[in-house]
Amino acid sequence: MIWFWGALGFWAAAWAANVAAVRLGLAQHRVGRLGIALLFGVTLLVVWEGYVRGFQVSPVILPAPTAIAAKFATSLPTLWADFVQTVVKGALSGFAIGVGAAFVTAIAIDRFPFLQRGLLPIGNFVAALPIVGLAPILVMWFGFDWHSKAAVVVIMVFFPVLVNLVAGLQATERMQRDLMSTWSASYVQSLIKLRLPAAMPFFFNGLKIASTLALIGAIVAEFFGSPIVGMGFRISTEVGRLGLDMVWAEIVVAALAGSALYGLIAFLERRVTFWHPSQRQ
Amino acid sequence: MTNRALPVLTVLAVLIALWYAATVWMNATWVFDQAARAGQSVTWAEVVPQTMAQDRPLLPPPHQVASELWKGIAGKKVTSKRSLVYHGYVTFRGTMMGLTLGIVLGIALAISIVRFRVMEMSVMPWAIISQTIPIVALAPMILTLSNQMGIDSREVPKAIISAYLSFFPVLVSMVKGLRSPDQMQLDLLKTYGAGEGATFWKLRLPASMPYFFASLKVAVAAALIGTIVGELPTGAIEGLGARMLIGSQFGEPLIMWSALFAAALLAGGLIVIVGGIERLANTRMGVRP
Repeated sequence: MIWFWGALGFWAAAWAANVAAVRLGLAQHRVGRLGIALLFGVTLLVVWEGYVRGFQVSPVILPAPTAIAAKFATSLPTLWADFVQTVVKGALSGFAIGVGAAFVTAIAIDRFPFLQRGLLPIGNFVAALPIVGLAPILVMWFGFDWHSKAAVVVIMVFFPVLVNLVAGLQATERMQRDLMSTWSASYVQSLIKLRLPAAMPFFFNGLKIASTLALIGAIVAEFFGSPIVGMGFRISTEVGRLGLDMVWAEIVVAALAGSALYGLIAFLERRVTFWHPSQRQ
Repeated sequence: MTNRALPVLTVLAVLIALWYAATVWMNATWVFDQAARAGQSVTWAEVVPQTMAQDRPLLPPPHQVASELWKGIAGKKVTSKRSLVYHGYVTFRGTMMGLTLGIVLGIALAISIVRFRVMEMSVMPWAIISQTIPIVALAPMILTLSNQMGIDSREVPKAIISAYLSFFPVLVSMVKGLRSPDQMQLDLLKTYGAGEGATFWKLRLPASMPYFFASLKVAVAAALIGTIVGELPTGAIEGLGARMLIGSQFGEPLIMWSALFAAALLAGGLIVIVGGIERLANTRMGVRP
């Protein structure tokens, strides 16, 4: 019981510290903000650990964070192999192909207004559909290895990026386009110099949505058949063996991979769209 | 209307034509194999009709999917275990439960974030990180967890997964919406002597409604995806996701395709309903187009 009450005490103390930090104006600085968020995260872990130890929760129901960390440390080679199979081969290659295809399609749609009026409503509709449902079909077509996972990711990523980029290509103002034509800029010139840069904030929005979808697609597709390596495979088999610490270790990998991909996109966004009001300091 | 419908219909027609072409191309191998085994040679004129009517095609042609879908929706009694209406209803119920849970959670978090600065500092970054975690990784585990905690219902894990996916858009939009009244309006309420509660009910909440409905469209799509994903690996026997899994395991592509299109119909219906509610609320609240 002492564990549980100790954890609750820690939670109260950390919360008080956070309240004080906000009052003192530490939140104005980036370091202060980071510290507050980190302290909250640590608090969650401590309460979790205290709960598991205090009530002696069985590890097949909820393993403690320390147990997960230990499992993570001892099974690094397995986790790395799964990471390469699912994230690098499945999700990232599919992500690249899907984004590339969406980019080309968006420019084609933008060039021909007829396509715009025809494809865009359909694209909008498809973007809202549960495309993960295609996973079993694509696994049937492309086999159990990473190719089928990449195919699922391509389709899942394609529509959000397409819809956002097409919206972005229309984001320029009449004045700006007129200015380009007074300089007698050709279609390609005004596309590269004006409209693509103006579309970038929308494009990155689509990329952020797509980054989460890519990992979801790659993992779900593995539930329908996979070689004996991969995060989805490991999760479904370890759940069957009640090896929940391994499942949580995979979830940590998934969270790290997802956050890293999102962080990379956010970093690129700051570099590319530095001129946008939301990015100015 | 015709001006808008024509391009959409053209693109749809092209897509269906492409689909038929792909059907012939993908299913022809099987026909040639069969003919080679029987020691016969087939001409293309014989191949094409055969690719259209296989029992287990690699890619079923549109009309085969449509007829299977129609059989599943209208050809069976609604209570039958093979009726798509029945499975669709199960998925719909899960989606609604998850969406309700997600909306409540999202709004509650948004209110506390707008009210307490420390909540924003502590919770918001983790809410964002929570969305970068592929929730499907959690799906099988949420099921075992709730099983061992004595929850037999298969609805609960599904609802948790779909709430996890749908709370985030609501949270983000509601934070933005509750903060959307500008200083002038807040000052006006202050001159009326309105307290914090009154400001919330009379100004902040009504002002946030357009943001709420905009997020609801995203949230309902996310909730449906969550429910279907929740039905896939969890050994569910009911619901459109479970139908897809059954089709995959028994090698029945037609079951998979009809479940997929039933899910698409359900998604379309949900979007239309949400759009209708939005319009109704807008007219009630005096928004002019």
